[in-house]
Amino acid sequence: MRDVVALVLVTVAFLTLPLIIGQAEHKVMAHMQGRLGPMYAGGFHGWAQLVADGVKFAQKEDTVPAAADRRIFLLAPGVALVPYLVVLAVVPVGPGQVAVDLSLGLFFALAVMGIGVIGSIMAGWASANKYSLLGGMRVAAQLVSYELPMVLAAASAAMAAGTLNLSGIAGAWQWWWLVWQAPAAVVFFLAGLAELRRPPFDMPVADSEIIFGPYTEYGGLRFAFFLLAEYAGILVVCSLTTVLFLGGWQGPLLPGFLWTLIKVFLLAFVVIWFRVAFPRLREDQLQRLAWVYLVPIALGQLALTGVVKVVTGA
Amino acid sequence: MTDYASLVRDYYGSYVLVAVLFLVGGGIVAGGLAANRLLRPSRPTPEKLTTYECGVDPVGEGWAQSHVRYYVFTYLYVVFAVDAIFLFPWATIFSAQGYGAVTLGEMFVFLGFLATGLLYAYKKGVLTWV
Repeated sequence: MRDVVALVLVTVAFLTLPLIIGQAEHKVMAHMQGRLGPMYAGGFHGWAQLVADGVKFAQKEDTVPAAADRRIFLLAPGVALVPYLVVLAVVPVGPGQVAVDLSLGLFFALAVMGIGVIGSIMAGWASANKYSLLGGMRVAAQLVSYELPMVLAAASAAMAAGTLNLSGIAGAWQWWWLVWQAPAAVVFFLAGLAELRRPPFDMPVADSEIIFGPYTEYGGLRFAFFLLAEYAGILVVCSLTTVLFLGGWQGPLLPGFLWTLIKVFLLAFVVIWFRVAFPRLREDQLQRLAWVYLVPIALGQLALTGVVKVVTGA
Repeated sequence: MTDYASLVRDYYGSYVLVAVLFLVGGGIVAGGLAANRLLRPSRPTPEKLTTYECGVDPVGEGWAQSHVRYYVFTYLYVVFAVDAIFLFPWATIFSAQGYGAVTLGEMFVFLGFLATGLLYAYKKGVLTWV
């Protein structure tokens, strides 16, 4: 029974929280740029804008280009979306409040998150479009470059906690990890953004240069699935950062799950802020940031974590 | 022995939930697309199905030959990522009783190898996009 309730809750969270993040992006971006954003749908400050978008997407024709690799083209949005749902299940929201408590939770989360990116690579290849192919290549390049700093930074958190279980890591967290694990936290968060191809790491989809790269040929509901996957991805990256580096549910006064939500949404706000604040990185700058800065920082963090852990005997 | 058996059952039990969740996800996507099929029009025309190239007729094929410029990064990634995977089992026990300084020394050897590899790649100039 507990499992059924947990899976239902995870599914509901997966279907609603990304929409809230998306709506927040509409409004936050608008206000940062001196606009109002959506104001009509639903009446109160355009709260139903994304619902209206969803209704619109569901009624749109589903075109598959004649030149495309049809089966892969149709499959790609699902491959991009479903992994993020599965990752959410291993994220603890409170002590003992996790749908699937895997002992290898961290490892599982990193492995499954990688699958989501494959969906975009499939889309880029199957579209048989030059822009899409370029975009797909860039997605692949970004995956191989940013996966490594991400894995190394996550390993640092696992070393500090002495476990790969996500509940165990969040439970072992102490406030001074904010300082001790700060470089790993920054590396993990940035690498996560890059894997989601969020601005300023959005060279693969660069709408003004290669017209949305892998998603050029998509329309209607399949395109909506890619968009949903992006926002579900933000949710996943923010929750993993929260659990690994911000202590998950830990905090005074409020119940644990509220602290988790607060931290996740604060990080999501930062994600949106990044989009407004920074210009897009060029492809070579992207690769350089990963290999010349993030990977060495992550290696340094591993050394620091190991030394502190053994010396303090913590 | 019974304890061990229940441990194994719990272990696979949690992965059954993961499999169920994959099915739920597939169901969401399939259900959405089924609803879409009922709601949407379908009037394909040859023009609509041509490849989009910003309004002009497509030139040549979409699967054009191109230089995969990041292939060196892929090599680097394969080398480093396989190494990085070994960090995870090690990370959970390195500070346990009876390990301590020795495992830490081993880690520095390991990190040294990775760092030297990266430095070598940097000196060779492969970290610069061509």
